[in-house]
Amino acid sequence: MAAPVDTGLLPAPPLLFEQSVPGRNGVQLAPLDVPRSALLPDELLRTGLPLPELSEPEVVRHFTNTSRRNFSVDQGFYPLGSCTMKYNPKINDRVADLPGLAAIHPYQDEATVQGALRLLWELQEWLGEIAGLPAVSLQPSAGAHGELTGALIIRAYHEAAGRQRTTMLVPDSAHGTNPATAAMAGYRARTVPTGKDGSLDFAALQDALGDDVAGLMITNPNTLGLFVEGITDIAAAVHEAGGLVYMDGANMNAMVGVARPGDLGTDILHFNLHKTFSVPHGGGGPGAGATAVTAELAPFLPPPVVCRDGDRYRHDYRRPRSIGRVRAFYGNFNNAVRGYAYLRSLGGDGLAEMSRLAVLNANYLRAALAGDLELPYPRICKHEAVFSARRVAKDHGVRTLDIAKRLIDYGIHPPTIYFPLIVPEALMVEPTETESKHTLDHFIAALRAILAEAAATPELVRAAPHSTPIGRLDEATAARRPVLTWPLPGDRP
Amino acid sequence: MRYTPHTEAEIAAMLDAIGVYSIDELFADVPREHRFPRLDLPDGLSEQEVAALFRDLAARNGSMDAHSCFLGAGAYHHYTPALIPHLLFRSEFYTAYTPYQPEVSQGTLQTIFEFQTMIARLFGMEVANASMYDGSTALAEAALMAARLRRGRGTIAVSEAVHPEYREVLATYLSGIGLRIVTIPFDRTTGRTEPEAVAAAIDSETAAVLVQYPNFLGAIEPVAELSEAAHAGGALSVVSADPVAQAMLRPPGELGADIATAEGQPLGLPLFYGGPYVGLLATSMRNVRQMPGRLAGLAQDADGRRGFVLTLKPREQDIRREKATSNICTNEALIATAVTIYLAALGPAGLREVADQCYHRSHHLAARLAELPGIDRPFTAPFFREFVVRPPLPPAQLNRRLWEREGIIGGLDLGRFDLGLEGCWLLTATEMNSRAAIDRLVEAVAS
Repeated sequence: MAAPVDTGLLPAPPLLFEQSVPGRNGVQLAPLDVPRSALLPDELLRTGLPLPELSEPEVVRHFTNTSRRNFSVDQGFYPLGSCTMKYNPKINDRVADLPGLAAIHPYQDEATVQGALRLLWELQEWLGEIAGLPAVSLQPSAGAHGELTGALIIRAYHEAAGRQRTTMLVPDSAHGTNPATAAMAGYRARTVPTGKDGSLDFAALQDALGDDVAGLMITNPNTLGLFVEGITDIAAAVHEAGGLVYMDGANMNAMVGVARPGDLGTDILHFNLHKTFSVPHGGGGPGAGATAVTAELAPFLPPPVVCRDGDRYRHDYRRPRSIGRVRAFYGNFNNAVRGYAYLRSLGGDGLAEMSRLAVLNANYLRAALAGDLELPYPRICKHEAVFSARRVAKDHGVRTLDIAKRLIDYGIHPPTIYFPLIVPEALMVEPTETESKHTLDHFIAALRAILAEAAATPELVRAAPHSTPIGRLDEATAARRPVLTWPLPGDRP
Repeated sequence: MRYTPHTEAEIAAMLDAIGVYSIDELFADVPREHRFPRLDLPDGLSEQEVAALFRDLAARNGSMDAHSCFLGAGAYHHYTPALIPHLLFRSEFYTAYTPYQPEVSQGTLQTIFEFQTMIARLFGMEVANASMYDGSTALAEAALMAARLRRGRGTIAVSEAVHPEYREVLATYLSGIGLRIVTIPFDRTTGRTEPEAVAAAIDSETAAVLVQYPNFLGAIEPVAELSEAAHAGGALSVVSADPVAQAMLRPPGELGADIATAEGQPLGLPLFYGGPYVGLLATSMRNVRQMPGRLAGLAQDADGRRGFVLTLKPREQDIRREKATSNICTNEALIATAVTIYLAALGPAGLREVADQCYHRSHHLAARLAELPGIDRPFTAPFFREFVVRPPLPPAQLNRRLWEREGIIGGLDLGRFDLGLEGCWLLTATEMNSRAAIDRLVEAVAS
């Protein structure tokens, strides 16, 4: 049923620099129709700009062929755990490209951008409703940026109360961004372990809590794909100790209409509009964060926040207790447009259905593969299922990395691997709601075929992928002798 | 729901395989009293209705398509060649994610490598990353990087002529770890940051001096002298540079800068009401291990075939957690791709032509305005594509009149910032401002 395929990926085109021919040019501007002014003094002027020279057709062919070396959601199953690689509706891009939304300047008079401001205001309101947290900033540009916003709000909250707190609690199942964020906000990150059931170890949390603790950064569902049981008790304990609860909303695709994080005791939450709200991932961004907080924390949000006076919308800059801006202008507006379009397309019921089907798909994979791979925490999961290939590694010397690479030969993007760190030989599979049972069955069959190969011909799996124009790359040498730019002619390569 | 394929029969079969009777059962671990809240959200719409809704929203905004615009201040209206959106919307670029699996991500990785190369060359630096969120966060991350490179020094000195919103972001980013900020005043005659002011502002605690080139007021900073003054105090020189100006002006790498950052939006990106843009960050190889963000590097497979991988990953959050150089993960890869396409299509001659047009059109505008009575230019330093004037009317009032009578989006009222520049108006012209549009603005100001 599942057999290796031709991935169809193209061999490498030469680099732009290798194709350059002096004298070529791919763009022509309208002629200069004003008089030329006196030039700047020579000592200010540049000589020589070593950029490649190509015609328009050459550039188009180069990037078309370059793109054909990528695998993407529009080509096939991309169950990269924690990244929510769902289908990206095309209407969202069409509307985001309308000149009235793409060709507007951030400093235009507010009277000339009422449509944009209304969109931002409504998105703030509705994200707040989903979060159960009424005040929202759309300024953060990605999830980690929302985390930084949240961690600095925690700092500002304590400082406003005259408290010096130095520690941020971070579960051992957290995304790497959480401890890095805590450090950027000036906190020492203290790890809290996961309990045997895959939820946070409540006793360990209570031991860790003290008057040095500023807050807890918790992901729920966590990176094991599990709903953190006892979340309301956890939040209460943190509050009791004078701390705040930050929820990393990277996994909100499982939660919309399921429970509002604010109702569960969360004080601050970030959304990833590029996960839950279908903004395309673009090869690594741009994303869009949005950070929602309780009414009590609203004064600390970065300025400006969009507000409404009657039927007029405006930016509110008067936020004297704010942590300050986290970026220039108002955030990744054009991605807020896409998120808004998605929200309007699905509506409240559709969003709830989205989360339900995402959880259905993940549990279907979990149940189907439970006999083939180890399930370190065998209980109902949420949006993703985390397996361990420890037994395969021990029995056949075929590691998770090998299985992941072999999936490529079956036309499937590998899941997230070796994460979370607390699961040995982890495979973190997030199917999302936009995949059919048929696709999931193909994935199940492919994994089973690979496990059979691991037993029969382990060297075949260890040498995968076999269907791509290049094989596994030597990352160790690349890091030891880094070549990060193409040398100029005459430079030593 | 049109984006999910599930039929009732399939759902039933899947529930059966899982061993539950309903989807609701999959949420039994969620506290009952908070489970399945009724959300006050609008009803879903068909694609046709969504399209109509957005036509209406977009029509409430005055766009560059229908109006001439003289705003800049960190976001510039340049021409976006048609090939850019065409290529960017290729699903292979658009709907992939971070290239964690290099065998199926060479498209993104090679593009990042080409981007790094072109950005490094543009700024006269050895290496560039891919990428930061925008120009403001790139500058803030550069300040944090400088503080790591000058460990033990706890102050960042920043010119007052750096974009005010960039300085706000800098203050936010530095507040967490307790780095101090010293502001270097700009010269009220030239509109530049003068080397003596840098010398006066820094001491043995200063890790870096931050300037903008050209600065927020449009003036071309004396970067070589400012870098020299920074270095004389043992501090690093960090320059937030306009990428289009690099085609005309000597790049920071030739002027003693240790780190160059930029807002990449002027390189062919639409204005997008402020984002998504892309932050550029370039430096020398000796500093690379303190760089934040993603880097792609050259690699080979077992058969000696060339490829690219994400490299020097121990700097990053997913490996180093709290010891990472930054928490950045999702960045602006697609916008970096757009910049790569733009630079490839324009080449050195095309980008120089854009820079020349900015220079000549903005100077023509300045010269025409100088002919009017009661209008003066308060600063003497040379400029590139934007400049400050003091019009006879308050800028806010003037802008309102221009919009209401002529449909022109005027300049920026500098009185909105805390710079002591009430009554000053920042004007910009690029290749998008025709002579006729410039004449129309000048006539409207005159009337």
